[in-house]
Amino acid sequence: MTTTIAPAPATAPDLIPGAWPPAAPEFVPGAPPPATLWADTWRGIAKENPVLVQMLGMCPTMAVTNVLANGIAMGVATMFVLVGSGLFVSLLRKYIAHEVRITSYILIIATFVTLADLLLAASFPEISKALGPFIPLIVANCLLLGRAEAFAAKVGPVRAVADGMGMGIGFTLSLAAMSAIRELLGRGSLLGFDILGPRWEPWVFMVLPAGGFFTLGLLLITAAWIDELRRKRRLVVAK
Amino acid sequence: MSNLAWIFVSTLLVNNFTLVMFLGLCSFFGVTAKIETAWRLGLANTFVLIITAVSAWILNTYILTHTPYLRTIAFIVVIASAVQIVEMGVKKYLPVLFRQLGIYLPLITTNCAILGLALFQTSRHYTFVEGLVFALGAGFGLTLALSLLASIRERMEVADVPVIARRMGLVLVAASCLSLAFMGFAGMGSQ
Repeated sequence: MTTTIAPAPATAPDLIPGAWPPAAPEFVPGAPPPATLWADTWRGIAKENPVLVQMLGMCPTMAVTNVLANGIAMGVATMFVLVGSGLFVSLLRKYIAHEVRITSYILIIATFVTLADLLLAASFPEISKALGPFIPLIVANCLLLGRAEAFAAKVGPVRAVADGMGMGIGFTLSLAAMSAIRELLGRGSLLGFDILGPRWEPWVFMVLPAGGFFTLGLLLITAAWIDELRRKRRLVVAK
Repeated sequence: MSNLAWIFVSTLLVNNFTLVMFLGLCSFFGVTAKIETAWRLGLANTFVLIITAVSAWILNTYILTHTPYLRTIAFIVVIASAVQIVEMGVKKYLPVLFRQLGIYLPLITTNCAILGLALFQTSRHYTFVEGLVFALGAGFGLTLALSLLASIRERMEVADVPVIARRMGLVLVAASCLSLAFMGFAGMGSQ
């Protein structure tokens, strides 16, 4: 496979050659519409939440959310990789040939995952042990490749970082919500502290793999229910 | 021999990759709307899994002995190439399947089951044959889970369920029941 560096895509010509940033706004086919940084960040948290709306990155969502601490650690590690890979994909977007882009993105992502893995193992060895192979498995999280391909490769580095932050925060929040429900019901505790007292009979089901599917299913149904209620209310108001 | 059989049964049923270890969920929910596509994707996955197991073993034994920190990167490159080969083969010989699988075929690259297999194989120090059996068990387990969920979903299509549960919510609850059924195998063989 030839790895010749592609010439920069034909963009609108710079009005002043060599000026940085280019005077004319760059045009990339399929690029997300311009938005404020705040909107870029907020999109990942609410409107396009990776777990609850886009259903991306399901494997870590289910696998590590039996305890709140693990869920948060996983979310933060993913956020780190999202921001780092978003930044680099965006910086290198003009030098990566179209044919080898997926492989290049995967390599960038894998580099940051290795960094995250080693950092976590050095600073929080027991969480790193609990998460086991699921930290290196962040490479295979569709969310990362999806954001690299759909967003970071088409916008400037600042927006890419904002988007990575937003998606990361949204991912962390959903993971935290799921693991809080599962830990509270399954163990009667939160972050290891006993909440529901000794008389609470733990729901072992919630800590089992089946509980992961079930919790997310219920969360989605609840979200759909809230949507439905809102829609009905809007209809009533319209009448 | 019994060791090999145990690895096979264990990855097929007791530690089913999808339902118990949560690997490869994207395709689990993405392509299980039809049973035909589901088991075919399962078989494509099995093929990639076997290639990955062989390559991971070669990498672990001969190349990565002194540079364990390069493991993730090396594995993912090998997997990406393997998927590329499978994709070309399917496109050439099974064009109908190629169209049915759509985006999920290249997405096998980011199917955590594949990378997970390589990582688990490494951490458990499997030999070449053990790794191969592990891959076979994982692949069949994946195919089994995909076809089971697909058959449930085909039935659910015609069922009258509340509007709010019509999308992924109910599918997840069904997957939960399926996973619970597989928990019945837990403890098997441990004596």
